[in-house]
Amino acid sequence: MVRYTAFHDRTKALNTTELWSHWAGYLAADRYQLSEKFEYFAIRNSAGMFDTSPLYKYRIQGSDAETFLAGLLTRNIRKCRPGNAQYTIWCDDNGFIIEDGVIIRLSETEFLLSTAEPNLAYFEDRIGRLQVIIEDISDDVAALAVQGPRSKTILTELIPDVAGLGYFQSTEAKIGDAPVVISRTGFTGDLGYEIWVKNDHGLAVWDAVAQAGERYGMLPFGTTALLMARIEAGLALIDVDFSSSRYAWTDADRTTPLELGLEWMVRDIGDDDRPFVGRRALLREMVAGSRWKLTGLLIDWRNWFEVYDRNGLVPPKDHLPNGSESILYDATDQPVGYATSLMYSPMVQRHIAIARVQPELVAPGNQLNMEVTINHTWQQVKAQTTRMPFYNPPHKTA
Amino acid sequence: MATDRTYDAIIVGGGHNGLVNGAYLAKTGLKTLIIERRHLVGGAAITEELHPGFLFTTFSYALSLLRPDIIQELELVKHGFKPLLMESTFAPMHDGNYLLLGQDHQANIAEIRRHSKHDADAYAQYSHDVNRVCRAIKPLLDNIPPDITSRDPEELIRMATLAQHMRDLEPAVLHNAVRLLTGSAADFLDDYFDSEILKATLASSGIIGTKVGPMSQGSGLVLLYHKMGEHDGDQSSWAFHKGGNGGFTQVLARAFESYGGEISLESPVATVITSNGRARGVALEDGTEFKADIVVSALDPRRTFLELVDPGELPSDLVENISRFRFQGTSAKVNFALDGLPKYPALGNRGDQFRGFTNIGPTMDYLERAFDDAKYGWYSKQPYIDACFQSTIDPDMAPPGKHVMSGFIQYAPYDLKGSDWDTERETFGDTVQAVLESHFPGFGDLVLHREVVTPLDIERVVGLSEGNIFGGEFLAPQMFFFRPAPGWNQYRTPIEGYYQCGSGTHPGGCVMGAPGKLAAAQILKDQQHS
Ligand SMILES: Cc1cc2nc3c(=O)[nH]c(=O)nc-3n(C[C@H](O)[C@H](O)[C@H](O)COP(=O)(O)OP(=O)(O)OC[C@H]3O[C@@H](n4cnc5c(N)ncnc54)[C@H](O)[C@@H]3O)c2cc1C
Repeated sequence: MVRYTAFHDRTKALNTTELWSHWAGYLAADRYQLSEKFEYFAIRNSAGMFDTSPLYKYRIQGSDAETFLAGLLTRNIRKCRPGNAQYTIWCDDNGFIIEDGVIIRLSETEFLLSTAEPNLAYFEDRIGRLQVIIEDISDDVAALAVQGPRSKTILTELIPDVAGLGYFQSTEAKIGDAPVVISRTGFTGDLGYEIWVKNDHGLAVWDAVAQAGERYGMLPFGTTALLMARIEAGLALIDVDFSSSRYAWTDADRTTPLELGLEWMVRDIGDDDRPFVGRRALLREMVAGSRWKLTGLLIDWRNWFEVYDRNGLVPPKDHLPNGSESILYDATDQPVGYATSLMYSPMVQRHIAIARVQPELVAPGNQLNMEVTINHTWQQVKAQTTRMPFYNPPHKTA
Repeated sequence: MATDRTYDAIIVGGGHNGLVNGAYLAKTGLKTLIIERRHLVGGAAITEELHPGFLFTTFSYALSLLRPDIIQELELVKHGFKPLLMESTFAPMHDGNYLLLGQDHQANIAEIRRHSKHDADAYAQYSHDVNRVCRAIKPLLDNIPPDITSRDPEELIRMATLAQHMRDLEPAVLHNAVRLLTGSAADFLDDYFDSEILKATLASSGIIGTKVGPMSQGSGLVLLYHKMGEHDGDQSSWAFHKGGNGGFTQVLARAFESYGGEISLESPVATVITSNGRARGVALEDGTEFKADIVVSALDPRRTFLELVDPGELPSDLVENISRFRFQGTSAKVNFALDGLPKYPALGNRGDQFRGFTNIGPTMDYLERAFDDAKYGWYSKQPYIDACFQSTIDPDMAPPGKHVMSGFIQYAPYDLKGSDWDTERETFGDTVQAVLESHFPGFGDLVLHREVVTPLDIERVVGLSEGNIFGGEFLAPQMFFFRPAPGWNQYRTPIEGYYQCGSGTHPGGCVMGAPGKLAAAQILKDQQHS
């Protein structure tokens, strides 16, 4: 049975393309207008609003909630004070990532975790004797992302406190009569916020935000524009750039945080005695080394042109993310890694990709070759390792 | 400014070609100075706040044929390069109907079928045929053209390479190229389409900036030229730069300065100093002198050859060629600050149709009649209008909820029979506004401010002779081998060390940067040999 988010009455009216995907059982607009790229530019240049309600949402509360989460989450939740949020992950005993999500600390004893996949059983099974209650509020709470350089101006008109909200901070507030939680978070790599609101207030909040944004060129955007923005932001996506270790068949399909560029999450592991799941495996990996390291990849613009031109083709510059994998080779034609999430980035004006390479090749500026299929043959295009994010405007964190 | 007034290279004119040229020279380590007459760089590509809170692209308004390699080689992204997609072309019609083409191919086909079922696949075929010609022609834009007058072995090789390139083309592509390069836009389009609105909308690319009608031979060449653009891999697509074309030229200025280049503003150059047939520097109108062994004119050919230097120093055949080089500007602008977006009755409250070009010129006859007026020395009674509401895409260009409209107008001939532009400026503005009013009832009530830019204003402010927006007409005898004159199409001049890089050189006008880039390549090559 397909389900509708609390904003559906509005998104349905706005979605002139009638193109929808199924996301966690809900209808999610691919794009509202004929050009997804135009929606993408709203994110980068003015503001966009995105119905992110299909995320799974868990309220985790109780006197032991912090202890419970500290034992599960890889990143140190104790450092997340009330009114703050963290991007976080949880691993299995072998240090492989199960999933990632954003957790907001509402108070000393109450947290709101949002995830792409269901996780209730996994979390509940690990409560044991702790005083913790986990509530799946996915179906009761809607989520509206407002992203882009003008998002602060727009939302400040509704909630003056937004002006003072720092990167990854959150606050409880009201939009009209509707109680909301607003966090300065998002998946676009731009300045942006997410508003969490009970379903019955959803439409009122949507209307208020849409009205405030109208004069600023804000547009609703769909999943396609979101998935473009997230690659430029260098944000890995589950089932595209990595898989959940819970459902993978082999370790080749699994990824550790150290392999996924998330070393920074465990940088303080030495002065942090939390016995979280996967801790020992990660400590071992820190000594023994990782199989892969994450890097950004910049495709050589001139070579891209030459290779296609030589084949009689106009070099494609497709801003739509290519979800399939391309093998990377070194100068001696040895396979040394793989690229995922290839796209032509309007902000970088080059093809970019998220890649995994052998650890010794991760330093920025290494020359590699990426496999492409042209005229039914395998050919190679030059590419260079680079730091991510590819696009990182100062207003994101300012 | 440095008291030492000696440089390796001096560029006269800080338009986008001067900036591109300067950036390439400075990047190789040459101590480079750009001297600009006005208080800002950009030339015809500037953005100005002509009404409080409203940013106007006074002259050129869309980023068109910018060569993609310039973006990369000059690291423009680092300096803020940000082209924004132009979503659509909206063509209102007299009977209240319209044609609205966008980024979705399938939707375009459906829209065209509303007007003609025949034209649906004809449009796909047309686009493919034109794109194939563009791919074949592009190498010509990105290379220094051969000198047809030279017997130098290097030039003979260039000619041979060109001939080989032509021979390698599929016959159909070559033939289509010739049909476009020599014929009229109307004939070419008639061979594909039935629908009047579709033909007229496509034909408008064949008249922009040029004193030809869509039925004139030569309009095919102009059409093809305008199709040579690409943005983010979309062939023949145009874009708005963030902050307008002035935003783009500011990016270029930052790139130039990052390579150590210097800019001197409000410094009109009077002459290029020469001795013994060599360039030695320039003198400003106030007498200040700057020295350099490389002097590049980024101005149009008339100023480069007849004003900055003494024509007596030049071969007389060159002087003759430049004297008859045609400018005859025929374009104007009428720009508006608006209280809101206009409405098109058939589309109710919709406004998304304004996120690209709004093309008012609904039939071939409409366009040709507009041209007829110009032939006889007057501006069009019913002008063609290419309107852009840039604030729909870049909200920073107008206060919240308000909009700017850039209106590019044809025809407005530089020479008016029996009057002059200072007299006619506002009546011309009224003529344009009346056409807008007739398509968008209530338009006049939205107008907060109006700025009329005549060909005379273009000449006075930007310095483009006779207001020709391309630094010289796009006519076959003034292109490629002959731009600006036979024997002088490789950015050099008869005066050693004196070069040209403006839109009057190959390939030509538009915000494309190719003249500036190719001239730099020629200068640097000559440097190696000297
Ligand atoms: C009204 C209008 C609309 C247009 N629309 C478009 C468009 O939408 N898209 C597009 O691609 N192209 C458009 N064009 C064409 C395009 O803008 C021009 O071809 C291009 O900008 C010319 O660049 P340039 O550097 O060759 O010369 P210019 O931009 O003319 O630069 C020459 C510079 O030299 C300076 N100068 C002149 N004399 C002196 C002197 N004696 N001393 C010092 N400095 C001097 C001038 O002030 C100017 O800054 C338009 C042009 C006009 C006029």
